[in-house]
Amino acid sequence: MEHALDITLTVNGTRVQHRVEPREHLVDFLREKLGLTGSHVGCEHGVCGACTLRVDGKIVRGCLMLAVQANGCRVDTVEGLSDSKELARLQKAFHEKNALQCGFCTPGMLLAAQDLVLKNKKFTREEIRQHISGNYCRCTGYQAIVDAIEEVVNG
Amino acid sequence: MGKAELPLHAPGTRTDRGYIGQSVPRPNAARLLQGRGAYVDDLRFPRLAHAVFFRSPYAHARIKSLQFEKALKSPGVIGIFSGKDVAQFCTPWVAVLGHLKGIKSPPQHAVAIDRACWQGEAVAAVVAETRAQAEDAAALIEAEWEELPAVTDMEESLAGKRIIHKEFEDNICFARTHDTGGVDEAFAQADLVVEETYGFGRHTGVCLEGRSILADYNAAEHSLTVYHSTQAPHMMQDIFSRHLGIPEASVRVIARDVGGSYGIKVHVYPDEMATAALSVMLRRPVKFVADRLESFATDIHAREHRVKVRLACTKAGEILAFDMDDLTAIGPYSVYPRTSGIEGNQVVNLTGGPYKHQKYRGKLNVVFTNKNVTCQYRAVGHPIAVALTEGIVDKAAAALQMDPAEFRRKNLIPDDAYPYTFPSGVKFEKLSHHQALDMLLKLMDYKKLREEQKEKRKQGKHLGIGLAAMIEVTNPSPAFYGVGGARISAQDGATLRLEPTGMVTVLCSVTEQGQGTEAIFAQIAASALGISIDKIKVITGDTGVTPYGGGTWASRGAGIGGEAVLQAGRALRSNVLDIASHVLGLAKSELEIKDDQIVHLLTQLPKLPLAELGRIAYFRPDTLPMNFQSELTVTRHYTPREYGFTFTNGIQASLVEVDVDTGFVKLLKHWCVEDSGTIINPMLVDEQLRGGVVQGIGAALYEECLYSPEGQLLNGNMADYLVPMSGEMPDIICAHIETPTKQSELGAKGVGEAGTAGAPAAVMNAINDALSPLNAQVTAMPFTPERILKALKRV
Repeated sequence: MEHALDITLTVNGTRVQHRVEPREHLVDFLREKLGLTGSHVGCEHGVCGACTLRVDGKIVRGCLMLAVQANGCRVDTVEGLSDSKELARLQKAFHEKNALQCGFCTPGMLLAAQDLVLKNKKFTREEIRQHISGNYCRCTGYQAIVDAIEEVVNG
Repeated sequence: MGKAELPLHAPGTRTDRGYIGQSVPRPNAARLLQGRGAYVDDLRFPRLAHAVFFRSPYAHARIKSLQFEKALKSPGVIGIFSGKDVAQFCTPWVAVLGHLKGIKSPPQHAVAIDRACWQGEAVAAVVAETRAQAEDAAALIEAEWEELPAVTDMEESLAGKRIIHKEFEDNICFARTHDTGGVDEAFAQADLVVEETYGFGRHTGVCLEGRSILADYNAAEHSLTVYHSTQAPHMMQDIFSRHLGIPEASVRVIARDVGGSYGIKVHVYPDEMATAALSVMLRRPVKFVADRLESFATDIHAREHRVKVRLACTKAGEILAFDMDDLTAIGPYSVYPRTSGIEGNQVVNLTGGPYKHQKYRGKLNVVFTNKNVTCQYRAVGHPIAVALTEGIVDKAAAALQMDPAEFRRKNLIPDDAYPYTFPSGVKFEKLSHHQALDMLLKLMDYKKLREEQKEKRKQGKHLGIGLAAMIEVTNPSPAFYGVGGARISAQDGATLRLEPTGMVTVLCSVTEQGQGTEAIFAQIAASALGISIDKIKVITGDTGVTPYGGGTWASRGAGIGGEAVLQAGRALRSNVLDIASHVLGLAKSELEIKDDQIVHLLTQLPKLPLAELGRIAYFRPDTLPMNFQSELTVTRHYTPREYGFTFTNGIQASLVEVDVDTGFVKLLKHWCVEDSGTIINPMLVDEQLRGGVVQGIGAALYEECLYSPEGQLLNGNMADYLVPMSGEMPDIICAHIETPTKQSELGAKGVGEAGTAGAPAAVMNAINDALSPLNAQVTAMPFTPERILKALKRV
């Protein structure tokens, strides 16, 4: 830890101070240091989207951002956005349409979908498919996910 | 879920079926939707140590020396261990089955000793305080290797000029020929013989959660608790017990949330066995989670086959015979304990599946190579057998200038021909091929699509329509593994316990992998008992608490576990009514359970809430007759035995457009008609089919583990190994036939593998249908743009 750096950030509305190694990824920091295990690690090279987080209002890959880069930022995870009820409509639609099976991709998928919901306009199925095309789901075949997001954004 | 919307009666006791047949959302999905699941890597333990593995960079090499000195000085290191060190605590295994005659494989160790046989095989284990520290230390291990010649091509392996394992005379793990006799005569008499060789690319499951295990050894008790991302906790309990020398009942395997499995997580992996051994060696909890590169290099691969198939038929279009020769490569070891002979064996069993020909010859060679091991992955053998069958059937139809749907209709086994013994020897209880074909053609509006295809061709657009009929193994009996000596349970059990407040806890040995097992068990239990589904709590995946059973594989959860739950529910219902009879002073036959109450059967008037019955039974049994003991916990088991497998059937169709300039395939739509017997939850069945179809599409279009001739994996990451993503996938239309199996009272057949079994064939036939006016065809999966352009002679 000789090169460790102090960081201060706001995670799910709570101010957090920690000393981290420069090489520690943001998603590992959240999982290992804060115990926020809702964000998952799927590929560790920015392809699968399981670690999708929101940093200062923008969705990012938690495995491609270092914890030190989040110094001074506001970070939102699936746990926080569940407690604040921001994801409630999407979660309800996902649940009713069984838009998840093993659930490993689901937190990242929800954050990607919420990014679309926040744009506050209607989208075609094709556009929804494109928007989540960086989030890998091996179980569902995507159709139920598209159905659920469509219901919320076009509801 | 408003419970008032749903009828609430036990199946068999009333005309309706309770929750059976209702699209009930999965109660256990709520925690996953909030990121509050408990996958292995989410668990926190005091003194948890982290294991990583130092792996062979060569496909085949002798380990001349391993130096740990520098690595041992790295910060946080707890220990570094060679194969010999780990072997002191974990015995090796040999993966053979008695009913696969002649199958052979050498002993395999948790960590390789002296020699590595594929790139990625673990040769040392590093344990440290954090994973990052363990990885830092692994980078400091100094290894000296003597590279050995690698056998990576399966034809070369079969020829046997270089033998991989010196204790054997050849590289053949398993060989089989099945012959009904009369095949050569049938071909000699045929008006038409068509022949083709199909290639299948080796691919893998790509579970989003890598393989994960946390082993926690208690030295005081000589007991081991293993938190494991697995499909088969009891199978693993037996294996940890036998190979680590810990009494069976002192090994507890717990599978909480599992982040995708698809057959990948039902096998014994050397690095996972090593992790359990490390926990024993270090007397503390040790965790290993495979990263993505390790997943590609060491999760089982599957389906590397090259199959030559011939079909003989009359000019009227009657199929007379199939003749098939399959060569498949499985890596250097048969995988424990299911073996790597089963996939090819299934291809022999299933080829020609839906059709009524009587002559059949199937030949199989399963050979060792110096690539990662292969074993059973979702739909085991079916995607191969269905593709080669349906590919050659289309070729025959085309040669006879017959419509492929009509050609199939002429040859499908009639719906009234059951029970039926297929030329490969497998037996069908009751299938519905013709009903399925009719339903599919109507669903997709086949005639109209063919007209549209003609119109589009005039405009230079190349649409293709592909059909794929199939048979499918579900609900396997002990004939699958048990008869061969494997300690893999074909039976499952369910325990139901009425709690004092009138709730019911269900404990079942079938596991939840996200497919909805726990939801359907709640539906079945609630229906059998006559209580509302929100009163049911289901627990699975813990050898310490559930009855003994096989877990999740081979499309068996609903059909086998579901029947155990149904029978336990009926028994508990009877016991509840015994108590009610005593409390109310009414005959048992006058009572039933409805809406969480004991009601009078004729008047339907509520007599006693279940919560009150529970209170009396548990806290005031003194008020019950002296010679009566209430039994509010019951256990029942179920094993299918009448048939080796409960075969089911289905048919799929794919509509594609091929861009003949770029070679890209656009999937426009996909249809799937499946007969899965009694449907417990239509939504979950549809979602199993859709997810399965998309996995099959991956095999057809994108997925292949590419190796160099030296045995180096070339695309072990998710950027280079392509998987289906949402942007390219079509909407999938599902429809169902329900032919319940008569072997069980529930009547459910399996559905989890159907989509994956049929989709590659449907997509292949659609592409070839699109290419047919250009006199081109593709036969080697995956059908990449390059392969399609080569077929079109454009590159």
